[in-house]
Amino acid sequence: MSEPPVTPEPPGAAPPSREATDRSPWNWLLFLPIVVPLVPALFNMDSPRLFGFPAYYWLQLAFIVLGVATTSVVYRMTRVRAVTS
Amino acid sequence: MWRDHLTEIIVFTVLFLLVSGMGFLAARWRAPKDMAHLDEWGLGGRTFGGWITWFLVGGDVYTAYTFVAVPALLFGAGAAGFFAVPYTIIVYPLVFLVLLRLWSVSHRHGFVTPADFVRTRFGSPTLALIIAITGIAATMPYIALQLVGIEAVLKTMGVTGDSTVARHLPIIVAFAILAAYTYQSGLRAPALIAFVKDSLIYIVILVAVIYLPYKLGGWGKIFDAADAKFAATPAPGDGILLNQNNQLQYVTLALGSALALFLYPHTQTGVLASRSRAVIKRNMSALPAYTLLLGLIALLGYMAIAAGVKPLPGAKEGTVDSNTVVPLLFDHTFPDWFAGVAYAAIGIGALVPAAIMSIAAANLFTRNIYKEYLKKDASAAQEAKVSKVASLVVKVGAVACIVFLDPQFSIDLQLIGGVIILQTLPAVALGLYTRWFHRGALIAGWVAGMGLGVWMLYQIPNAATKRAHFGGSAFPLEKFGFDTPKTIYVGIVAVLVNLAVAALATLALKAGRVPDGTDGTSRSDYFADEGDEKLVPAPRQDSDEVTVEPAPQV
Repeated sequence: MSEPPVTPEPPGAAPPSREATDRSPWNWLLFLPIVVPLVPALFNMDSPRLFGFPAYYWLQLAFIVLGVATTSVVYRMTRVRAVTS
Repeated sequence: MWRDHLTEIIVFTVLFLLVSGMGFLAARWRAPKDMAHLDEWGLGGRTFGGWITWFLVGGDVYTAYTFVAVPALLFGAGAAGFFAVPYTIIVYPLVFLVLLRLWSVSHRHGFVTPADFVRTRFGSPTLALIIAITGIAATMPYIALQLVGIEAVLKTMGVTGDSTVARHLPIIVAFAILAAYTYQSGLRAPALIAFVKDSLIYIVILVAVIYLPYKLGGWGKIFDAADAKFAATPAPGDGILLNQNNQLQYVTLALGSALALFLYPHTQTGVLASRSRAVIKRNMSALPAYTLLLGLIALLGYMAIAAGVKPLPGAKEGTVDSNTVVPLLFDHTFPDWFAGVAYAAIGIGALVPAAIMSIAAANLFTRNIYKEYLKKDASAAQEAKVSKVASLVVKVGAVACIVFLDPQFSIDLQLIGGVIILQTLPAVALGLYTRWFHRGALIAGWVAGMGLGVWMLYQIPNAATKRAHFGGSAFPLEKFGFDTPKTIYVGIVAVLVNLAVAALATLALKAGRVPDGTDGTSRSDYFADEGDEKLVPAPRQDSDEVTVEPAPQV
């Protein structure tokens, strides 16, 4: 992973009146991967099996992808916002 | 009998010594001008980038004990043991925004521990002391458990004798080496070793999940074998799927564990050592790679069932040590040399978190007990010195736990540890968002949550180990008077009561105009990022009052 150096905002570029914040509508997306893995009705079953895995196992492993996708999207979207503003 | 395992022992020893050498050399890695400062020894200079943080926090969260105990859970109980997967999925979105605030405010003010933050935020050294003691008490048994992980491996290799000393000698030697290089190199040692540990674990697990199903007749056969085993047992709670009665426990245990994870001082140490907010955000997306690994490791428990593994006898007559199922599975199915690599992965996997945990506990002692109550004018060099010594004491304590007490006792304490660390949630996690709670009310909530949590744990029997108390974390709701066989995770109930008491007491104390502490933080502290001119810089200059550590002798 190459890490682009984070360039500090040049002095005077941002008006000092503008308060820093983490607020973003994108943050609401984070609830999705928190709630879905906590609802057993969604995954507590044997079929359909995938590569021999009962649904209970492959679905919960698939939720990892959901979590990664969500945090990645939120990171990207909130980062872009911070740069353009 | 150890002669049968000679190849495994040689491979294990060579890898272990290699890693120990790295631990000592780590003091020179990204070397600071001045190691005699807690920011350097205890937080690696607060400069770790994305990769290092990923390995460090990964090595911290997914410990040797996890790798041994989670498959053992699936081996014994089935689907309920899989809670570790949803737990380590939901934790990252859950703490995504919280950790950013913690990082920012800690860097602005030079906080090293969660109790540092609480002290400044609520203006209460007493509350900070409570948080610090809770943190130390929750961390100590966790360190001891890492020894249980190593012990499972050593037992399988047959290098443990029968007398008390002979049984524990290998562990004492391993921990003495660990203590020495942690003393020398601080957080840099586990950060560097984590690379090796995780590379080994990834290799072992990739081989295991490809080779073992091939050998055992495919994944379908593995799950069917587990299903058949659980169907044959009289216990009603097991099976490869959840049943009506353990779903609530499954969900609350996953949620409670996720809430607790980043309240542990050692995980916060990993987060605070990172360089910027972006490093943390990226890691929230990258750390779940370990969750996939953990999910696959968990299934080793079912593979052990399919392979017909019988766990070794436990410390007491008539019990079995289910933690030995994974090492035994490797022993039965892998060639000797590769089983040695796998054992080394577990053994080294215990060293990384044990080092970070002892550093975190030592930092808590130094910052919130020593500097607060014993020597208020301690210099940075003195702080670092005290922390180094405290880390040794913590490790001696952990070894003593294992040598002189029943290992089961550590497991019980660890169970309690998760419940008690959750009681710091209102002050540490909610405190990052709101200053509404009164400091006295937070103390009252903590007392209520702790009391209830420990009482509930005391009430839980365990049929399998024939114990009347501290038999697990699943509290039967019928003890509250509900007419149901369902169980719930103790920690969730305790923290909800804690919150309710803290809220009510806040209203009462505010109505009574009881003086509250002053808030030493400002709003903008919670959003500061790398490059911010007010950030407390890591010490980069030599000053005359501190002694520079001599170069490490290796």
